[in-house]
This record gives sequence, C-alpha cells and structure tokens, in this order.
Amino acid sequence: MSAYNFAYLDEQTKRMIRRAILKGLAIPGYQVPFASREMPMPYGWGTGGVQVSAATLTPEDTLKVIDQGADDTTNAVSIRKFFEKTAGVETTEETEKATVIQTRHRIPEAKLREDQIIVYQVPIPEPLRFLEPRETETRKMHSLEEYGLMHVKLYEDISQHGAISTAYAYPVKVCGRYVMDPSPIPKFDNPKLEMDAIQLFGAGREQRIYAVPPHTRVVSLDFEDYPFEATKADHPCDLCGAEDSYLDEVIMDDAGNRMFVCSDTDYCRSRREAGHMGRLAEENAA
Amino acid sequence: MTPLLQVKGIEKLYGARIGCADVTFDLYPGEVMGIVGESGSGKSTLLNCLAGHLVPDAGQVIFDTRANGPVDTVTMSEPERRMLSRTDWAFVHQHVRDGLRMSVSAGGNIGERLMAVGDRRYGDIRDKAIDWLGRVEIEAARVDDRPTAFSGGMQQRLQIARNLVTGPRLVFMDEPTGGLDVSVQARLLDLLRGLVREMGLSAIIVTHDLAVVRLLADRLMVMKDGHVVEAGLTDQVLDDPQHAYTQLLVSSVLQV
Repeated sequence: MSAYNFAYLDEQTKRMIRRAILKGLAIPGYQVPFASREMPMPYGWGTGGVQVSAATLTPEDTLKVIDQGADDTTNAVSIRKFFEKTAGVETTEETEKATVIQTRHRIPEAKLREDQIIVYQVPIPEPLRFLEPRETETRKMHSLEEYGLMHVKLYEDISQHGAISTAYAYPVKVCGRYVMDPSPIPKFDNPKLEMDAIQLFGAGREQRIYAVPPHTRVVSLDFEDYPFEATKADHPCDLCGAEDSYLDEVIMDDAGNRMFVCSDTDYCRSRREAGHMGRLAEENAA
Repeated sequence: MTPLLQVKGIEKLYGARIGCADVTFDLYPGEVMGIVGESGSGKSTLLNCLAGHLVPDAGQVIFDTRANGPVDTVTMSEPERRMLSRTDWAFVHQHVRDGLRMSVSAGGNIGERLMAVGDRRYGDIRDKAIDWLGRVEIEAARVDDRPTAFSGGMQQRLQIARNLVTGPRLVFMDEPTGGLDVSVQARLLDLLRGLVREMGLSAIIVTHDLAVVRLLADRLMVMKDGHVVEAGLTDQVLDDPQHAYTQLLVSSVLQV
C-alpha cells in the first residue's frame, strides 16, 4: 500500500500525537488535549486508540488488537486489518508476542512486560463528567485537586445498592495526584493498572490523550468502611477451568442454561492447549 | 474584638454602569447583616463580590481566617479561596437548583462538603447527613430521595443543611425565602433564626423582603443604584427611616 504513509497518518500528525503522549507520560493521569483527526471509522469505534497506535507503531512492531478481551470480534478484526494494510506490521493474537496491544474494555490476563505498550480506546476521558457537565469546571477541579465529587458518586452507589456498584470505568487516582477514568475496563482489571508496560489512553471524539508510565502507583477510590473490591463472576471458566480470569456469561438456550468463559480469548486458548479443561470443554470439542 | 469580615470600598463596574460602589462595613462574629433594596440596586452583585463569585474592581474583603487571622480574600490564591468557601463559608442560593445537585440524593448532597474536605468513612458521612436532615426538619427516611422529589420549602431547607454541615462561620444568603409561600417562609425563617443563634453564625442576607430582615437581621444596609444610602440597626432603620428612598421602601410594604 504505497498510497498511504506508514500507519495511515501523515508524519506531522504523528509528531503532534507523540508530543501529546510524551506530555501525558510526564504528567501521569493528566488529560492532554490533541488535534484528533478524522479516521476512516466512526467515532466510538476506537478512533482515539487507533491514532495513538498509529503514532506508536514502528515497522518492527507486532500488533495485537482486542475488543472486550477477544481477538476475533468485529472491532478487533477490522482494526487489525487496518494496520496490516496501512502499516504492513506483523499482527498476532498472542499477548506474549505483541509489542503494541490496542484494547477496548479489557487488560489481558497475562502479565505485561516492560517492552510492551498497551493502548486503550476511551469513550469519555473525564471521570467527573456525569457529575459536573461543565468542562471549565472539571478542569478547575483537576487543577485544584478538588475530588470530593468523585466520592459523592460512590456514596450514591452505596446508599442505593448497599455496596459500590460501579463495575467498570472505576475511578482511580494516579501517582497521588490526578483522578483518572481507566476507560470502561471492569474493575476486576483495576489492580493490573500498576504494571510494567507503558499504558496510553486515546479518546478520539473528546480529543484527549493521557498515560500511565510503568511502575506508577494507581489507587482505586473507595471508602474506609467500604473498601475497593475487584469482582468477577464466581465461577471457573467452562472451557479452560481458569479461576483467576475475568468471565463472560453466555446464555445457551431458553431453558436458563448458561456458561461462563474467559473474556480473554488468547488466555483461554493457551490454557486449553496446555491441557486445562473446564466443565463444558469436551462437549465443546465434540 | 476583631471583626469576622471587614469590607472596605468594594466597587464593581459592568462597563460604564455601576454594579455597586464604595461599600464599606464590618461584620462581627455572631452578627447578622441584612442588605435590602429594589431589584437592580446592586445587592446580589455585592454579595457575589463578598463571596468570591465575582472579582471586585476595587476594594478589600478581609476575612478573619482560623489559621492566619485577617486575610484579604480578593487577593488570596484561588485554591485558598475555594477551600474557604467549602469550609468556613456557606452560600445559600435563591434558586435551589443553583445550590443543590438535583440528580444526587439528599444524603449525597449533604455529604458532598464533608467528602470534599476529606471525610472517607461512609458510615460517619451518612450519620451526619441524617442528623442534619433532622435539624432542618426533614424526615430521616427521605435521606435517599432526590431533591426533585422534595417540595420547594424542603429543597431550600436541604440546601441550608448541605451548607451548614461543615460548621461554617459565615453564611451568605441570597433571597433565601424567595419563591416560597408565606407559611413555608415563616417556618424557614424560624429555622434559620434558631440555627443562627444556636451555632453562633454570622450571616449576610440579601433580600427585598423587609419582614425577613426584621426577623433575622441585627443590622441593615439599604442600597439604591449601587450605593449604600442608609445603614444602622434594623429596628432603627425600619422604624425611623431617614433617607427618602428608605422611607419609600418602608411605606411600600402592604399592611394586611
């Protein structure tokens, strides 16, 4: 594809995005505005993540794209194909082999390494948005570190449901300073936000980039008497038997039968290849 | 005794027009000051200048802070001023929608200031919220209801509870009884008078309702066209008005 520059975006745009990424890494959790471009996909399909990936990729990189943990869903497949076409980089489904991982709504189960970069697609980067609709006001709240409002949301959760019911996009405080929306990952993944890899967050429609450098302290907000809990469905995976992975619930029929499977398809596949078996593994194979 | 608030030569201009000009007064701890005047006389402009919502073009607003004694809040840094307005100050808006979060439960509304100053125990926050609902005569069972489910009078009482929960020393009130019917007004005034006396609050109340200042205020300032035309003890001003405008104002009240 010589009609496109490497990884679709022109070099000036990539420089602009890289500057935003570097600034984001220098101020962990701070939302850096950037001039988001029109991408050949609709807003909400990961235009922010794609731009960050495009600015991050080099010809030697190996790319993995996941959507809700799966490598084979529409969003993941089309973004992977997009970069195969426009950048000609190698792609993989194996977390281990990837150097750049673009993700929507999950962090892979396998521990990420220092030489890897994970790029999140972010729909709404502002954690205070639903409580305070004015951008001028939320910016001021960030700059003055006025985060009482975030706890009002958690208070409302407890008073209505008896527990903190926020299950995804659970707010975190990065490096003791900025409160950040970790994108709509399940709160099960929140403890993994303290990792060895570089984490970049891109919001295309909202035109914001933010980042968490490796080994940065990331604390999930909570109350002293209602501490943060990373929750998941209380089952083992029905295919690979894993008890430590985040599960999707799949309705099997009209009679109320259901199965739980790892949302991280690569993790589940590698476990099955290693001989682990879950409750429904054999009939599935047959 | 050091005045809690010293206002010196406050002036606010809107272009060529005067919002308020040359306002000077002292407010002592435990004192309630009323500001009356017709619409457009600069009452609200003055109140917003004092509370830090507007930046005055000239003058000083010196507040006796707990930590550092008298400090000019106009030149104070913004984080400090916002901290003051969350702890030692309270602002009761005329329209409850400006002062309450309508999509957050009553308990959350009261708890917001507590959480903003670092309270992180849910149980404590909830206990204080229920305690304050009781003090403003709202049933404890309504703690999880949203303000949209409350009547106008209850909303206004909730706004007062939300403001007083951190034990402020100075309360700014902008027409606290505006838009309420007279019997509800009477209850609200009763409640306010009780709270002000009980907590030893200082307050600045802006209103156009002379009955409100008669009940609540120790001292009174009458404003017209941005200037203070008369000031003094409430009863003295209302019973023996000196300035022509004050005489007009007092005689305009309908006698039932």
